Formats: sequence, structure tokens, C-alpha cells
Amino acid sequence: MNWGSILDNTASFMLSPETIGFMLAALGLAVHFGYAGLLNFGMAGFMAIGAYGYAISILSFGFPWWAGILVSIVGAVIFAIILGIPTLKLRGDYLAIVTIAAAEIVRLLFQSRVFDEWTNSADGLGGYHTSFREANPLPEGTFGFGPWEFTSDQWWSRLFGLFLVALGLLLVWLLMRSPWGRVLKGIREDEDAVRSLGKNVYLYKMQALIIGGVLGALGGVVIALPSAVIPQYYLPSLTFFVWTALLLGGAATLFGPIIGAVLYWGVMAFLAGVLPAMATEGWLPISSTAAGNLRFVLVGVALMLLVAFRPQGLLGNKKEMTFVK
Amino acid sequence: MSSSTPDPTVPDGPDAPEGAELAGIDDDTIVDTLEVEPTHEIHHTTHLAKDDAAPGVAKVDPILVADHITRSFGGNKAVDVDHVEIPRHAITALIGPNGAGKTTLFNLLSGFDKPDTGEWSFNGRSLAGIPAFKSARLGQVRTFQLTKVLARLTVLESMKLGANGQRGESIWAAVVPPLWTSQEREIEERAITLLKKFKLYEKRDDYSASLSGGQRKLLEMARALMTQPEFVLLDEPMAGVNPALVQTLLDHVIDLKSEGMTVLFVEHDMHMVRHIADWVVVMAEGRIVAEGPPHEVMRNAAVIDAYLGSHLDEDIGVITGRYDEEGNRLS
Repeated sequence: MNWGSILDNTASFMLSPETIGFMLAALGLAVHFGYAGLLNFGMAGFMAIGAYGYAISILSFGFPWWAGILVSIVGAVIFAIILGIPTLKLRGDYLAIVTIAAAEIVRLLFQSRVFDEWTNSADGLGGYHTSFREANPLPEGTFGFGPWEFTSDQWWSRLFGLFLVALGLLLVWLLMRSPWGRVLKGIREDEDAVRSLGKNVYLYKMQALIIGGVLGALGGVVIALPSAVIPQYYLPSLTFFVWTALLLGGAATLFGPIIGAVLYWGVMAFLAGVLPAMATEGWLPISSTAAGNLRFVLVGVALMLLVAFRPQGLLGNKKEMTFVK
Repeated sequence: MSSSTPDPTVPDGPDAPEGAELAGIDDDTIVDTLEVEPTHEIHHTTHLAKDDAAPGVAKVDPILVADHITRSFGGNKAVDVDHVEIPRHAITALIGPNGAGKTTLFNLLSGFDKPDTGEWSFNGRSLAGIPAFKSARLGQVRTFQLTKVLARLTVLESMKLGANGQRGESIWAAVVPPLWTSQEREIEERAITLLKKFKLYEKRDDYSASLSGGQRKLLEMARALMTQPEFVLLDEPMAGVNPALVQTLLDHVIDLKSEGMTVLFVEHDMHMVRHIADWVVVMAEGRIVAEGPPHEVMRNAAVIDAYLGSHLDEDIGVITGRYDEEGNRLS
């Protein structure tokens, strides 16, 4: 078993665009669930809207890359409003049901042949990178150190992603320390109490849904930046992977989603290397492909253990979670 | 209690059954010791009504006027109030047995529930169809029967949340702290003054979830006051609170009035009410069966029968006039 290459891959993946996209999506979920108490199980839908919004505006309408990102943001805002109008007046669990269905509707619309002209249906979209790469301010060549050696273009998508993460963190930090954030946390605890104090609960929940949704869409953009947009990527399981990352780090914390995303992808990449290698060595009585998929089982078990024994996540305040409602 | 220890001469000691030390006290004494009186001085407001006390009587200066309010759950008419006026600058108690519709009426008046029919106005402004948060902004704040604390917010944060008209509560201003920090300081000062008054100052940095039941009631009342209300609706503020704290709560309710607020509160216990209320409205079976100054209402035969339960064997519908004595429905 080649431990060196497994660890190298793991470390490299912890700084991949997918990991950075997960940071943004998990931060969005932290706004939804950690601060506002909204059970959004449709993050994959927001991420798909982000990725498709970006790719379609460039490929079909010839927009520059930054305009593509603006289209993604607008798309996420519209999706959040459509989702929020019927559900935010209902109890929290209805939102969960509606969001999971809405995200599937979004994915199936992108996958269907009806919009083939723009979405290329099940084959997905690719080859939209020129505009973004032209904006690359970095010098040509390959640089970095250790496992983090990437080409100029690879660095550009990672650095731009991290820039968006920093921006997102600043926004969430500013919001959550303000009276606006205090109202939001109050709604998480008991929305009737907040309503009785004269706050328009519906408006705050809508604003939170929009902000978290836009962060999720930006996550989708970052993941799509250097690669392709394939509809099968935005399955409900994607939503639950983001949830795992969020709960791992701590739902009501600023840096929890960031740490959670890094750890989640670190563990996933490590298991993706180790398990098939173990199968090849004959240590596991299964094929190496089956061993590779075993990681999803392990992650599921880890999520259950996490929720049962450390609900506050790695960074969460233990005291804050001691009081279970 | 005394049934388990029939012999009042049981000696005190490690073997004494639970409650033995109280066994020698007769029932009247126990009731007297449990009846709590407020310590603050009370100035009862009189001459609130224009006419003789009767259900729906017009008030000299009503803060809230409600007409034809009905609300049914399934086939059961939970609230059916023809006309009621709540007098301004007074403490009005809304009393009645379980299931009389007190809390339902409260939810309707505060916009937390929608009536089937009815009109009501606060300070002459119609509130029918107005969402709960807007009626709170107009100066009509409520508390809840099952205390609603914001568990994972600290006591001070919960208090600050209560203040209205905060600039930093707009999402755009929220990201620009200079726009709201000075107002935030004023709000914090106000919150601390109230916390000191409600003896919660030492708890200000604790999570609200760590408070005892009585402290939660205090916090809920203090938080409601952060909105600087004109009209305070308290839903069973004394429920499940020990007698010592009941006294404190009664004092706070009296203070609300002396600070110029109008209070409407729901209470089960007639004895609790008579010390502090200027006016009592009695509900049974969704209707208002009597109203008047506390001592008059307590002498009212309908109330004694319906509410104090001296005629336990009689159907309450007979007393409220909904059924005749043979059990035939009249209305």
C-alpha cells in the first residue's frame, strides 16, 4: 500500500475547488439551520442553480465570467423566494419536505430534454472556462509546495474560491453580531415569542433563506469553475454531504462550516485511497470498487454518531447545546 | 395531605410520614398561608364603567373594544363574545374555569389566531386582520401561558431583542455597525435597568434556558416591557410559580399600572385577582358571564355558581344560560 500517495491525495483534496465550494454551501446552511433554524434539505438545488446559471450564461448568452456569477446569485434569490413564499409560514418540518422536493425538481428540469438547447440535458455542460482563465492574474507555470502543487489556472480557481469564502465569512460575521442576527437567533429559538415582540418573522426568515441560498449557489459556482456541470452531481445526497460537513464543524459557528468542509473532504479522500488499497491487498473481502463505495457507509455512520454524541460539532459551544429543547 | 396522616399527634422524627409537620394545622390556616398579597401599595381605580356592572358594559375610557368575536374549533364554539371593553389605565383580570376560552380570546386579540367573525379596535384603530407583529408595534404586547424563553440566547440578549424600532434590525443597516451601535448602547442600558428591577441582573450572561420556571416568567414580562408597551396582556403570569414569587409578580403587575400602562391578565385563581384587579371579566363556555369590580363580581351568583364551583353537580351550561335545567340547548 502506497501511504505516501494516499496522504498526498488527501492533503491535495483538502484544498480542491470542491472542498472550497463545500465551505460556501455549508456556510449557507449555517445561516439557514444554525442561525435561523430553517431546515433546508435542498441545498443541492441552490448549488445546481449556481453552477448552471454560471455555465449557461457563458455558453448560451456569451456573458463574461463575472456576469455569469451575478446571474447565479439572481437565480438563487429567485429560487429562495419561490421556495419561501409558500413554506415559511408553515412549521419547520414542512420546509424540509418542500426543499428536498424542490431541489429534485430543479435537478430534473436541468436534466430533462426539454431545455436541451441550453442545458445539454443528461450530458451536462463543459468548456466554459476561457473567460474565467483569461482573467487569471497569476503568472504561468506550476507552483506550490508539497502536496499543494498546482498549475496557474488551478490556483486561480482555488484562490478565487477562497476569496468568496472570506467574503461570505465577513458577511455572516457582520450579520450575526448585529441586532438583525439577534432577531434571527430568536426566531430559531421560538418564533412566536419574537413575533409577540413586534418583529416581522416571515421577512427575517425570507432574508435568511436568500442569504444562505446565495452562498450555496456561489458554492456551486466554485465547484463548477474548473470542471464541468453534470446534473447527476446535484442529487439529494449532495445536500446531505453538505449537512455532514456543517454538523461536523458546528452548525451555529462561523468557522465550523469551513473546518467541517475541509475535514469532510479530507476523510472522504483518505478513505477513497485507503479502502480500495486495502481491498487490493486482500485485507477486505470485497472488490476495490465496492471498497471505494464503503466510504459513504462509513460517513453515514459517522454522521449518526456525531449527531448523537457531539451535536454541537467540533467548534460549537457545548453549553449552548446542553439545553435540548 | 391530612388523609394520609389522620392522627395529628404523630411525633416529629425520622420515622414521621411526609407532611406530618403540617398535620396539626387545620385546612383554613393552610389556605390563608398560601394566599399571597402584594407588598406594593394599590390604588384601586373605580368608576371605570359608564353604567351598572354587567357583561359588555360600556367603559368611560376603553383602550380596547371588541364586538361579536367568535371562534370555533370543529363544532365547539371556544369564544363567543358579543361585546367587551377594556378600561384604560387599569388592571383588568380575565378569569374563568378551564376551557372557558380565555387564552383563545387572548390569542385572537393579539393577532396570534384569526376569529371566525368579529371586529376589535385598540386605541380606536381596528386590529381585525392585522398580523401579530404589527399589533405588538402599535403598543399592545403579550406574554404566553407556557412561558416562551429564547433558550439559547442569553438573558441580556433576549432583553435587547425586545426593544422596538432598532435600526440594526434592518438587513442593510446590520452590516454597517456605526449606524446602530449608539442605539444599541441605549437599549442595553434600558435592558439592564429592567433586569435589575426584575432581579435578573446577576443572570444577564446566562442562557435563558438555565433559568428556573419563575425566573422565566419574570424574564418574559421584562422582555415584553422592552417594547415600551401601552397595553400589556399577560396570559396566566402566576401559573406554576411559588407563593414568594407570586408576590413579586403581583408587585410588578401593580407597577405596570402605576407606570401608566393598561394591563389585561388571565388568571384561574379568583383569590389572586381580587387584590390587584380594578375590574374583573368572567368567562365561561366562551362567553362573558359577568364583569365588574372584584368584590362585586365575587358576590355575583352566576360567578359563584359557574366559577367557584359550589354547585359542582350542575352543568355549567345551565348557569351560562346556554342550556335550561333539563339540559335542552337554548342558544
